[in-house]
Formats: sequence, C-alpha cells, structure tokens
Amino acid sequence: MEANIAVNSDNKETWSGGGSKPFGASYGKMMMWFFILSDALTFSGFLAAYGLTRFKFIDSWPIADEVFTHIPFFHGNYPMIYVAFMTFILIVSSVTMVLAVDAGHKMQQKKVAGYMFVTIIFGLIFVGSQAWEWNTFIKGSYGAVKTSDNKVLQFVKDGHQVALVDFVNTERVDGREQHTNKNGLWFENEATISQYSVAQVQEAFKNDPSLQVRTEKINLDKKQKIILSRDESLKALAKANQVVEGANLYVNEYGNPIFADFFFFITGFHGFHVFSGIVLNIIIFFNVILGTYERRGHYEMVEKVGLYWHFVDLVWVFVFTFFYLV
Amino acid sequence: MAGHSHESNTKRIWIVLAILSIITAVEVVLGIYKPDGLHLSGLGTSWLNWIFIILTLVKAYYIAWAFMHLEGEKKWFRRAVVWTGVFLISYLLFIVLIEGSYLYDTLSPLIKW
Repeated sequence: MEANIAVNSDNKETWSGGGSKPFGASYGKMMMWFFILSDALTFSGFLAAYGLTRFKFIDSWPIADEVFTHIPFFHGNYPMIYVAFMTFILIVSSVTMVLAVDAGHKMQQKKVAGYMFVTIIFGLIFVGSQAWEWNTFIKGSYGAVKTSDNKVLQFVKDGHQVALVDFVNTERVDGREQHTNKNGLWFENEATISQYSVAQVQEAFKNDPSLQVRTEKINLDKKQKIILSRDESLKALAKANQVVEGANLYVNEYGNPIFADFFFFITGFHGFHVFSGIVLNIIIFFNVILGTYERRGHYEMVEKVGLYWHFVDLVWVFVFTFFYLV
Repeated sequence: MAGHSHESNTKRIWIVLAILSIITAVEVVLGIYKPDGLHLSGLGTSWLNWIFIILTLVKAYYIAWAFMHLEGEKKWFRRAVVWTGVFLISYLLFIVLIEGSYLYDTLSPLIKW
C-alpha cells in the first residue's frame, strides 16, 4: 500500500513536486503547460463553434472588413488597421516578456523588473484597445432596419454604405418616448429606443431615389453582399419593423445576431485572459522588485507567467485570423 | 530549468519579432486588398484563406517554439503537449466543420430571401 502514496505531505517541497523533475521540467512549469493545453482546447471549442455557425450561414455571414473599419481619432474607412495594431502590440509585449525571462536567467533583477513593467503597459494598451473596439461595435456606425422576417437591411448610396443620420432628415412624429421609471411604471425598464422610427426611415428612403437596400445575402461568386434594385428595395423596406443602431446580444446592425454574440464571447473571453495575465504580471513584478526571486536563487516564476502571457498572444493570433481575416 | 541552455539569445528574439511582424503585415495587406485571383478561387476555400491559415500556423510555431521555448524542452515533453493539442483540435475541427456544412446544405433551401 505504501507504493500508492505519491508524496509525503509533511515534506516542505510538496508544492514543487518534491524535487523530482520528469522530462527535466519542474512541477510548476509542467503544470502550466498542461493548463495551457486545456485552455487551448477551450478556445478551440469556441473557435470551432464559430466555424460551425459561420459554415451554417455561409451565404449571409457579415463581412468582417465591412464591420471593423474604425481607428480612434480618425474618420473614414480603415478596415483591419486597428486590429493589426493590436496584434502588433501583443507580439511586442511577448518580446518584452521573453527579454524579462532572458534577463532572469542572468539574475539581472533591475532588467527583469523593467521588462515586466513594459509588458504590463503593453498589456494595458491592448485591453484598452479592446474596450474601444467593443464600444465602437456596440454603438454602431451606420444603423440598419430589421424586417418582420428577421432580416437586417442596410442602406447604400453609389455602392457605399450610408448612415441613417446622413439621410433621415425629418422630425420624429410618432411621439414615442423612452419608458423610464419616472414617466411609467417604476418597476419596469425599457431598452434604449432607437433615434429614428421605422416610418421616418421609410419616408426618407422614398424621398431619396439614389438610396438602395443592401441585404445580408452574399453573392458567393463575388463574395459581396447583394444590393437590391430600387423597386425591390422599397418592397423589402416595407417589411421593416425595427430600427437597429449598433449591437447587443439580441440584434445588431451588421447582420446575424449570433455574429455579435460570438464577437462578444470570444474576444471577451480572450480579453479576460489578457486581464488576468496583467494581474499575474503585476504580482510577479512586485515580487521581482521585492527581491523574492533573488533570494530564491532563480527567476522561474517569471518564466511560468511568461508562458501564460505568450499563450494569450498565441490565442490572439488565431482570433485575429478567424474573426478578422478569413 | 534543466533541459535547456542558459546562454542569452537576445538576437534570436529580435529575429523572431521581425518574422512575426512581417507575416502580420503581409496578412493585413492581403486582407485589405483581397486580390480577386486569390480571393474568388481556391480549393475548398479561397487561396487567400489558405494563405492566412498557413501564415497563422507559422506564427503559432514561432511563438510556441521561440517565445514559449518549446525548442529547449525535452523532446517527449514537447510532444506530450503539442501532439495532444494538434490531434484533439484537428479532430474537433474536422467533425464540427463538416457538421456546419451539412447544416447549411439542409437548412439554407428553407430560408426565403
């Protein structure tokens, strides 16, 4: 029976596996690797589910570079630029992390602390950027309408998408007011109502003959969304029953609701990983400053959180490809 | 900490950074311009998608091998992690993506546009 007892729990070395190192890797490092493996499978599950759903709606899925077209402080159409910047930030933060580990091998306390600090700053820039992305995505930029058969219709002029605010120029006349607890039942809330009413949009659309409706449906030969003729547009727009501005979990102006759901879920889960990575980095950063690892004689903890940090970068490489490029 | 060398490899780190940055830049340029020849034809999916996927795997290789220092681990430890992941993920994608295509074939004729 004695053979079944793995490690004596009185042993102070329990946490580090009692000093035995299978494959020449310490207990902590090996466990970090197996955690990373299981976390990689979780992310694969999400991305595979995204793939399944996208294949299921292959002829109507939103086209990413028509959705993510903004960069902070500039107006205009810049698809991909900002996510590319975010990717670069994360790669650079990985490099500073490696440099910290490298300095740790040489027992250069100040250098390790410096590189850890820079890594934390880059991490914060990344999460900040992601928050900005979310904000832009939730607010939306063009607005659309939803029809009674759950199709999202966008508006185009000369082939380019136009915002509701650019062509709806009448006053709202239906007297619709936001339900708050001051003007209605105090125990009931209403989701924010859209800036324009359906009737206003339909009216404005009729008055401007240069406008057309773009459907969710993709022309699979050209990989572009199908734009309806003027007559078809008017017919489609007659079925509108909701004005959609931006995105939430139920409806969004970009198309299929599940597109936004996956966006929130996958980038959110990744963002949460970045956040926890930053927290771990901060803890280790203070340990480095306090000299904990100088006294311990090695900087392996830096290496272990480094592994986690690189993994977050690794996941982002895949999210970037499958959400924004492919 | 045993099992890999301790000599400084700062130079290699910068080379890997350059490789990763160039790959990302290529991806972004292709993603913005989407040349018709690559975008509208291909085997299974467009050539452009194949390029993106292959470049992504190259980036993943450099991050895992150079930054996460898999190249310095013992061979069978590396394989325990990499082979397990690659096998399970390939299997998952194989089964789930085929299911997705099946759902499209079955359901899309029922959707009226």
